[in-house]
Amino acid sequence: MSESSDAIREVVIVGSGPAGYTAAIYASRAQLSPLLYEGSVTAGGALMNTTEVENFPGFRKGIMGPELMEEMRNQALRFDTEIVTDDIVSMDLRGEIKSVTDGSGKVTQARSVVLAMGSAYKEIGLENEKRLSGRGVSWCATCDGFFFRDQEIAVVGGGDSAMEEANFLTKFASKVTVVHRRDSLRASKIMVDRAKANPKIEFLWNTEVIDVLGSEKMTGLKLRNTVTGGESTKDFTGLFVAIGHLPRSELVKDQVELDNEGYVKVEGRSTKTNLKGVFACGDLVDHTYRQAITAAGSGCQAALDAERFLQGH
Amino acid sequence: MATEKVTSANFETLVLKNPLPVVVDFWAEWCGPCRAVGPILEEISDEYGTKVKIVKLNTDEEPALAMKYGVSSIPTMSVFQGGEVVKNIIGAKPKPVLLRELEEFIK
Repeated sequence: MSESSDAIREVVIVGSGPAGYTAAIYASRAQLSPLLYEGSVTAGGALMNTTEVENFPGFRKGIMGPELMEEMRNQALRFDTEIVTDDIVSMDLRGEIKSVTDGSGKVTQARSVVLAMGSAYKEIGLENEKRLSGRGVSWCATCDGFFFRDQEIAVVGGGDSAMEEANFLTKFASKVTVVHRRDSLRASKIMVDRAKANPKIEFLWNTEVIDVLGSEKMTGLKLRNTVTGGESTKDFTGLFVAIGHLPRSELVKDQVELDNEGYVKVEGRSTKTNLKGVFACGDLVDHTYRQAITAAGSGCQAALDAERFLQGH
Repeated sequence: MATEKVTSANFETLVLKNPLPVVVDFWAEWCGPCRAVGPILEEISDEYGTKVKIVKLNTDEEPALAMKYGVSSIPTMSVFQGGEVVKNIIGAKPKPVLLRELEEFIK
């Protein structure tokens, strides 16, 4: 059922978000006529589920995450990027001519590929977490906060996204309890201060979630103190999981070199992977910074690396 | 055929008493993943409209129905058959995944 388009592309970009869109802006301005697969339901990436972005330079009054993505997308379109709102379901990246297959079975060939698949929410890994997802357990505060009006809910995690979710959820919930394994947070100071100053937010330190309780709907959590080992249960009607992300490297794991945690390995300060003509950027490679601006920066690098690679041929 | 909007006024006739299996898409304007999956549901409705009915329920306008069916994440796509929920699909999914989830209703 697969059909090949006749022309071999200079560059195909897989994934959107700040990295993919920025790579497209640069590659299209370099007249490489990039083809960008933005994802059927993941288009725009992680920022599509956030509210206000306060730290993206150039927007001193802040900008909503989805709006920022729309702007980047339109900027890519302005310079002749071809954008397809579908997923890439398989890739063959090894040869000189790469090929990618989309959700409809269409195969595209290209001399270079920029990988920008981003990351997915990490799950705690409990059986009942899965069973009660959509029945109290959620990964998206902006989508689901509304359903927890005047209820007592929990957020698990200690990073910036956990703090952002906790703060956002106090708009709806009567009380938000942040459950964190350690006794200090890794979130940035401004986010921590904001959460600590919020009268509706309470912290449960040195505590991990070991089970999600409830038959039809979530009713509470089973918790364990990480210092004493003591177990307890506590009533909550909602649990928002914000314990980090996993790189979406599944599709390329047999071809592209990954590190122990599944992030794509790149050479030095470049975006070069172990395969010639294959470049990776954004959350897919970044353990450390994981910001919209750093993702955008690495998307730019990937496009420039691809451009130089193509010129060398 | 295009998807149809469902409200508390026509929920019984359109969903509960429908001879076809009905997918109720619980969604809201401000939910990014809901907007992402919207066009996919339109396509599925166009292609499989004779086998399954797809309707959209705005949870802002109909909070009581969302609560009645225990919706706490959107999008939730609930499949009704004979007036009962027989399956819940939680979260936006690519078209091939949704088709697989709906396989038993559209074959």
